[in-house]
Amino acid sequence: MTEHILRMSGITKTFPGVKALQDVNLTVRRGEIHAICGENGAGKSTLMKVLSGVYPFGDYEGEITFEGQKCEFGGIRDSEHAGIVIIHQELALSPQLSIAENIFLGNERARRGWIDWNRTNYEAGALMKRVGLRENPTTMIADLGVGKQQLVEIAKALAKEVKLLILDEPTAALNDDDSAHLLDLLRGLRDEGITCVIISHKLNEVIAIADSVTIIRDGRTIESLDMAADHVTEDRIISGMVGRALDNRFPPHESKIGTEALRVEDWTVYSPSQPGRKVVDGADLMLRRGEIVGLAGLMGAGRTELAMSLFGRTYGVHISGKVFKDGKPIEIRNVQDAIRHGIAYATEDRKRYGLNLIEDIKRNISAAGLHGLSRRGWVNENEEYRVAEEFHRSMNIKAPSVNSVVGKLSGGNQQKVVLSKWILTEPDVLILDEPTRGIDVGAKYEIYTIINRLADQGKAVLVISSELPELLGLCDRIYTLSEGRITGEVPRREATQESLMHLMTKGQE
Amino acid sequence: MTTMTLGRTGVPTKYLPVLVTGCLLVAMFVVGGIRYEGFASGQVILNVFIDNAFLLVVAVGMTFVILTGGIDLSVGSVVALSTMISASLMAGPGWPPYLVIPLVLVIGSGLGLVMGYIVHAFDIQPFVVTLAGMFLARGLCYTIGTDSIPIEDPTFTAFAQDRIDLFADLWISPSVLIAALVVLGAVYVLHYTRLGRSIYATGGSEQSALLMGLPVGRTKITVYTISGFCSALGGVLLSFYMLSGYGLHAVGMELDAIAAVVIGGTLLTGGSGFLLGTVLGVLVLGLIQTIISFEGTLSSWWTKIFIGLLLFVFILLQRVFSARSRR
Repeated sequence: MTEHILRMSGITKTFPGVKALQDVNLTVRRGEIHAICGENGAGKSTLMKVLSGVYPFGDYEGEITFEGQKCEFGGIRDSEHAGIVIIHQELALSPQLSIAENIFLGNERARRGWIDWNRTNYEAGALMKRVGLRENPTTMIADLGVGKQQLVEIAKALAKEVKLLILDEPTAALNDDDSAHLLDLLRGLRDEGITCVIISHKLNEVIAIADSVTIIRDGRTIESLDMAADHVTEDRIISGMVGRALDNRFPPHESKIGTEALRVEDWTVYSPSQPGRKVVDGADLMLRRGEIVGLAGLMGAGRTELAMSLFGRTYGVHISGKVFKDGKPIEIRNVQDAIRHGIAYATEDRKRYGLNLIEDIKRNISAAGLHGLSRRGWVNENEEYRVAEEFHRSMNIKAPSVNSVVGKLSGGNQQKVVLSKWILTEPDVLILDEPTRGIDVGAKYEIYTIINRLADQGKAVLVISSELPELLGLCDRIYTLSEGRITGEVPRREATQESLMHLMTKGQE
Repeated sequence: MTTMTLGRTGVPTKYLPVLVTGCLLVAMFVVGGIRYEGFASGQVILNVFIDNAFLLVVAVGMTFVILTGGIDLSVGSVVALSTMISASLMAGPGWPPYLVIPLVLVIGSGLGLVMGYIVHAFDIQPFVVTLAGMFLARGLCYTIGTDSIPIEDPTFTAFAQDRIDLFADLWISPSVLIAALVVLGAVYVLHYTRLGRSIYATGGSEQSALLMGLPVGRTKITVYTISGFCSALGGVLLSFYMLSGYGLHAVGMELDAIAAVVIGGTLLTGGSGFLLGTVLGVLVLGLIQTIISFEGTLSSWWTKIFIGLLLFVFILLQRVFSARSRR
């Protein structure tokens, strides 16, 4: 028996053009709860995918030693066979099957090819008792809440005789009671000798439950701390998480701030999939003309949900709150209403929600603004071509012609097409969700320049971003969002990465 | 590299399937011309149009639906219902054709509208909704009558048997003219109107079309209405051709229409394809039948076998292209 159950050393993983992980080291002691902390995109999930074999051996550099043996996992099956089970944030359960069937999925209790239902349900019952799930083993997964589904996942891991359990943001979607129960359960499992690795944004939970913590930033290990010996506090973790390399350059810009353009009061949105869970909780926002405002929040804080619910109720149910445009109350029932009121939203997922990838540049640019380009339903194609050419030039979209298919463009150029599309609708308020995600440094600078230009034209811009340096470099004012609530509003002069991260990790009092 | 091209020909990928179908059509015609005497004449081509005018019209409607990523299985039954209603109204109460035809078109469009509304409002797969529509329309035929009803209205038969002479002994039927007008109208709608744009955008990515503020729901309802209208018109053309109404007319025609659209290079997932491709697809199907009738000794089931093989080839081709363009 070694003291260390897992040792990952010198892990480097490259995606085309990006080093996602660089020489990362992670050592986990037997029987502890080990937390991994880092900002969005720091490389936590990539590291766990390397460990669980999602990225097979040979796809990364470095060495994994588990239980004193070198591991070369070719896939999830191999890592599970060794006793490593990962539970993703999006649970991997089959909703129309029963609890028992899910627990033993791919691992069926069978005799000569026939499933032994008595044994399946009996053993499932025993495992459910261990995780404190009081349900009938034959209940369908779809009838359970997320908290209970999480427990089923853990029971499933136990059925595979797990030695190392990895949980990615396990409490992100849970309410307080379910979270507390889950944390208790993890402590119980630790006492039974199961080692846990937990990825979490909720620092208070990390402090409460973890025995040691590894902090990752920009794909590198920053430090590993022992909770007790190093007297780790939330401040200590935050100072390790932030301070991301400032490799982005920002065009100089002085905003000419005008009158109020959009005000949102007491905006509350409920989750469509989990009844009763508030995704956005009483948020107040105000944007002025000519001003660039940032919205900072960690994964699951409700940033995109806030934006999409404002943009024509494209997310969420039971939406309540007031919206004022130029001081007058307005009602936005759908996307058409939002566009008519001069609101535009560029999504964080360009490829899936922002573009029609199999169409050309010209038709993507004109899609939202066809009204202005047509008369009585007939599209003026010459005008459309002229407008597209104009954007092609002014936005510096790198493509041979406006007839090029959008799916073939680089991320930066696709984003320029998305922005062109919305600028064509002549909005007063632009909500840009992760405008520079997946874009190389040069193109980022161009996008920043475009954002500044939009503000100079008197438009109000709300930038949602996971990159704090980006918000600090670009915005005049920054809101922070945590667990669906606005936890702070900071002018650029007073904002630092630490102060923002404090507000972003602020739990509910 | 932003437009994928085939070798050095410089043809954008999106035209490629249509081009392939076009080449196939030419090849079939050339082979037919070499093998059979009297095949390589203009009238043979025109006869393909004359014999398939109704299928062409139905396939045009189907193209609209498939471009949005949907499917319409009800078209064959709506065609049969249209022949049945036309024949029974003209035979029984003796209604004049200029009343009957508009009524049939309204009924067909109405059926399409209802199916489109159900697809949109209840978010049900079009496959299931139009399957229900298919059974419904076929069943309604038999409530009108179980036997074939002949059409004897003089105006109707005169129009149906009319020949429009072109140059040099070539002629077409009025149905071909109507089908041609439908094709032209459809091309215009698809390529020059906001509705056309919404259709392509909805099929390309429904989610992003929604977030662009396009009227996705209205678009879906509209394409099923168009398909219903085209089926009814196809039914009218078929009654010109058959001069009868019968509940067993056009059995399986929905599958012919889908085959024509797919062979014409339209993606079943929607968002990509051209009406010209559908026209070529119908011609390919028609030409296969013509070749087999020229062969004389082959049973007509060979038509099905060839169509089956062609479909396989085209679906594989589409797969290869879409896999490549996703990279």
